[in-house]
Amino acid sequence: MSQMTGEKVFDLERSSVRELNQFLHGELTGVGTITVKNPDGAHSLAVGLDSPIRVEIEGHAGYYAAGMNQQATVRVHGNAGPGVAENMMSGRVEVNGFASGGAGASAHGGLLVIRGDAGLRCGISLKGADIVVGGGVGSFSAFMAQAGRLIVCGDAAEGLGDSLYEAVIYVAGEIRSLGADARIEPMTERDRDAVRELLTAAGIAPPAGEFKRVASARSLYHWNADANQAY
Amino acid sequence: MTTSAAGEDDGPASLQLEESAGFDRHVIQYIQRAAATGLYEIRGLGAKRRVPHFDDLVFLGASLSRYPLEGYREKCSSTTVLGTRFAKRPLELATPITIAGMSFGALSANVKEALGRAATEVGTSTTTGDGGMTPEERRSSRTLVYQCLPSRYGFNPDDLRQADAIEVVIGQGAKPGGGGMLLGQKVSPRVAAMRTLPEGIDQRSACRHPDWTGPDDLAIKIKELREITDWEKPIYVKIGATRVFHDVKLAVHAGADVVVVDGMQGGTAATQWAFIEHVGIPTLAAVRQAVAALEDMNKKGEVQLIVSGGIRTGADVSKALALGADAVSIGQGVLVALGCNSSTFVKDGAHVSAEADYRRLGTAPGYCHHCQTGRCPVGVTTQHPVLEQRLQPEVGAQRVRNYLKTLNMELTMIARACGKQDVHHLEREDLAALTIEAAAMAGVPLAGTSWVPGSGSESAQAGMKVLERQS
Repeated sequence: MSQMTGEKVFDLERSSVRELNQFLHGELTGVGTITVKNPDGAHSLAVGLDSPIRVEIEGHAGYYAAGMNQQATVRVHGNAGPGVAENMMSGRVEVNGFASGGAGASAHGGLLVIRGDAGLRCGISLKGADIVVGGGVGSFSAFMAQAGRLIVCGDAAEGLGDSLYEAVIYVAGEIRSLGADARIEPMTERDRDAVRELLTAAGIAPPAGEFKRVASARSLYHWNADANQAY
Repeated sequence: MTTSAAGEDDGPASLQLEESAGFDRHVIQYIQRAAATGLYEIRGLGAKRRVPHFDDLVFLGASLSRYPLEGYREKCSSTTVLGTRFAKRPLELATPITIAGMSFGALSANVKEALGRAATEVGTSTTTGDGGMTPEERRSSRTLVYQCLPSRYGFNPDDLRQADAIEVVIGQGAKPGGGGMLLGQKVSPRVAAMRTLPEGIDQRSACRHPDWTGPDDLAIKIKELREITDWEKPIYVKIGATRVFHDVKLAVHAGADVVVVDGMQGGTAATQWAFIEHVGIPTLAAVRQAVAALEDMNKKGEVQLIVSGGIRTGADVSKALALGADAVSIGQGVLVALGCNSSTFVKDGAHVSAEADYRRLGTAPGYCHHCQTGRCPVGVTTQHPVLEQRLQPEVGAQRVRNYLKTLNMELTMIARACGKQDVHHLEREDLAALTIEAAAMAGVPLAGTSWVPGSGSESAQAGMKVLERQS
């Protein structure tokens, strides 16, 4: 129905997620903002976008909101389920509430902002995107993260940065424990600049206290008998 | 006990050279290697030991009770359609023989191009692997299946949209439960960039997907992939053969259009030896269980089944189809067609010996499984700038095309001999087993009998009687 009228409001009480996504994949010249009403925790909202549009999801989203995003800005005015902005390539995804597990999983580019807490495995297999979390992150966040940056304004739970590659994590709060091969490194001026820039871009006020830098010790990069089952 | 003709070495002398069955020379070498290195052995290709296989089955060609087709005059179709359940654009292939997923990284860009060209010429599909899609293979392949793997290396929406089908990889037959592996020698600058990894590291891929856990999540993940691609493309789910009956049911429940089941003989570019030889079940057993699962759900025909893992010949393909597969996938057979384990490679139309390079790897043509080293003497499983030139795309494409055509001809020949106008009409009833193991695994009678071990009320009743006697 919205395709016929060119209207920019999708009410998911009346139209389906499939119609929404097909509209968002279509010719969108002249379309600025698309508002999604009554999302009601639906999965796969605004996935596979590839144009510089703005999508405002007015409520909670289910799994994979803004999955594989390119160019678009998607805002969830509520909480997001697992895998928000998974495999994002570019653009910006914001969650005003909390995000469940695997937020920003394997994202290659763009910026993911979570104003509340993020669940388990935030930034798992990260491949170049930036993630800013206003609250804390759950266990095994940034597991096997390859590139990109994860900023955590609150606390990080167990096993942070396990099997990290070249991604870097900055944590302002407590780190319950580090994962295999992750280590705390001194903050340099470049690190402080990076944190400041990302917080500004995310629109999140800097928390009290100094950020800690977590990066890979790179001791698992090559097979090694003395790694003692760390693989 | 052996006795020498001269009689001098009788008795105690021959006992000096008695080899242990449990601690034979292979096991001794294994233990000593482990003791020297403290690391498991990693190698390429698939299980090497003998397991019940398609060789243990034979076809019951037509005779008086069945009518064969004339080879020259009567048509036998091998057209294969995959992805009819939910996808708007199912794949229509000229043959049920497809090329299995193998990564750029494990294979050179030349090889990926050769596979694409060959597949296009014979009207079948080829498949990407861990590490993403290369422009070479997209350009050369008319029908390209794009894998979504736990690592998500190089995975991106542009390639997803330009794929013809999507294969969500849960596991592979060589290592069900394990993730990918690429040793540093093969993590070249291009491979590293595609995978967002530092050059030259020993790469370990995740064994679980990063954004879902378990079959209920998989259903949601598959829907997301469908939403991203507007429900156009068939979605496959690939599993390594272990608890096949249950896993196939869960894959179907999760919404797969096509289920791919890879048996333990399936190959790998690099995996721990103990994984290759000791985890997973044979392809023969896996097909039967997969078909039983589809039949149990009344989904046979609606969800297509692709079987892989050690399929080499047209006879193997025919048997897989007769047991209920809709198509097969071939990896190692295709590599061998390209020249894997050949003593020579082709340069400017002439054969050049590669034996010295096999010797450098401590092996010889016919025995080599050193894909993990990246020093493939015939230029197939390598990223080395000199070695990869040993396989030119044109030469490789022709050899793979010939191989696939041979297999398809054998398949239609067998189907005609069994009186079928369509290779998909081959059925279990056309088969007999040569061993009790194969009969039990495949669920077909032992040749010359009507006995299918482990099935039917007779054996069930016999089993009950044994239990009654014991109690």
